[in-house]
Amino acid sequence: MSKNIKLMQGNEAIAEGAVIAGCDFFAGYPITPSSEVSEFLSSRLPKMGKAFLQMEDEIAAMGAILGAALGGAKAITATSGPGMSLKQENIGYASMCEIPCVIVNVMRGGPSTGLPTLPAQGDVMQAKWGTHGDHAIIAITPSSVNESLYETIRAFNLAIKYRTPVVILTDEIIGHMREKVVIPDKSEVEVIDVKLPDVPPEKYNPYNYTSGKVTPLAPMGEGYRYHVTGLIHGETGFPSQKTDVIQNAQNWLIDKIYKNIKDIEKFEEFQTDDADILIVAYGSTSRSARQAISMARAAGIKVGMFRPITIWPFPEEQISNLSKKIKKVLVVEMNMGQVILEVQRAACGSKIYGLHIVNGEPITPDNIFAKIKEVSEN
Amino acid sequence: MSDRIEFRFSGSGGQGLILAGIILADAAAIYENKNAVQTQSYGPEARGGSSKSEVIISDDPIEYPKATKVNYMVSLTQEAFNKYINDVKDDGIVIVDKELVTDFSKAKGKLYVLDMVKSAREELGKLLGLNIISLGVLVEISGIVSHDSIEKALMKRVPKGFEDYNKKALEIGFRLAKEVKKN
Repeated sequence: MSKNIKLMQGNEAIAEGAVIAGCDFFAGYPITPSSEVSEFLSSRLPKMGKAFLQMEDEIAAMGAILGAALGGAKAITATSGPGMSLKQENIGYASMCEIPCVIVNVMRGGPSTGLPTLPAQGDVMQAKWGTHGDHAIIAITPSSVNESLYETIRAFNLAIKYRTPVVILTDEIIGHMREKVVIPDKSEVEVIDVKLPDVPPEKYNPYNYTSGKVTPLAPMGEGYRYHVTGLIHGETGFPSQKTDVIQNAQNWLIDKIYKNIKDIEKFEEFQTDDADILIVAYGSTSRSARQAISMARAAGIKVGMFRPITIWPFPEEQISNLSKKIKKVLVVEMNMGQVILEVQRAACGSKIYGLHIVNGEPITPDNIFAKIKEVSEN
Repeated sequence: MSDRIEFRFSGSGGQGLILAGIILADAAAIYENKNAVQTQSYGPEARGGSSKSEVIISDDPIEYPKATKVNYMVSLTQEAFNKYINDVKDDGIVIVDKELVTDFSKAKGKLYVLDMVKSAREELGKLLGLNIISLGVLVEISGIVSHDSIEKALMKRVPKGFEDYNKKALEIGFRLAKEVKKN
């Protein structure tokens, strides 16, 4: 079989990944630098008999994908900056009602309108805590065009498997850059499909907080009738203020993610075996770091990198283990210090340094190499 | 990383320089099986403002996707020339249009001043296609991809009915570069 090779943009790769994952529905409101995700899906989905909706704003778009997902569709939206802020209330609704969906946030400079066309990584904490109340979320930070495609497929799988919103937290550089991609056939990748519950409608409860297993979400219209509400609810879906129900529901929202962290986590370790300094970087910044590591090693400084691909839930255990043998940890990110807070908790036995440059330009390998030299002499 | 070659197209938003970069990256990545990464940088305006489109081509995997030590730069406005010339290597090559860039006080590297606008006006009848002329110049001077590869990549992205127009623009670029190389 001849390979389908294409020079492709990161945002286009997300759209391609969504198509391969069997995405049925996109709703969104275009915003730089995420608009190409909408653009590509607007031409792809209708040709496949699937739905593309441009809504009046990001709030409505988020609502639309939740409605679609309750109807059994694999649904996705894409946005950036202020658009991600607008989606937050409905993301909370997705968490509370356990509705699978994929939200692409192509990070740009902020806060507010910020820098529409320029890169940043300032939304990492927002991805986790953007909506109110206790909940857990999954967020993924791809660092190449190729990874954008495959991680989108994985995002859909995780969303369905754990009935949760999954955020693809990419950035302007990865979203807009073009690289060569070998597009896989659907048969070459794992795709988890929406399933009907294995019990008849009269025995179906849409929620189960205590068995430890995620109940499949029955698509509306298949004979399974249940209540959906953002109020804390019991296993039938109807609101409840009973203390044990509330506590069980809260525990479940966290536990279903954190007790399955081994299945959800994904990371890359690069030249960590003999490293004296460990860089923690993700997304586009990890590419600069990789080049800086070559420069440092050529200069005789042993540096390695830990790159989270699943950034939420945070890979605490791996960083904690690495920090037992690598005593200097340098966190590089295009924000004023977000992931460094997690690293400080996980690697408390090491000395933690941060390189935080937020000036509209990517952090360069030279920037990182200069910091490595400073850390190594310290 | 010694074989990493960095290209930068710079000018004003709307001149088609991002497209020129995409075509160059496509020619290298798809038709010559090299590693290529294309990126872009522009302001919030739909048109106007300085914009740049960069292409890194290498036999090795490309990590940092942006240009920092530019081997070849095209500038189609004075503002872009002034703004982006700093990263050009001392032995880098800078290609500008004779009418669009006239102040060389910030010049760096080896400069090629070509009649791209004049040729477009006289031979194409309009300035549409200036980006493709500059792409032709860049390919001929750098020799980074073959004429055949760049033409294939160009044809893939040209709207129907404009194939000959764009081919002609590319040929003008090749010719201007050949003339200037002789001198």
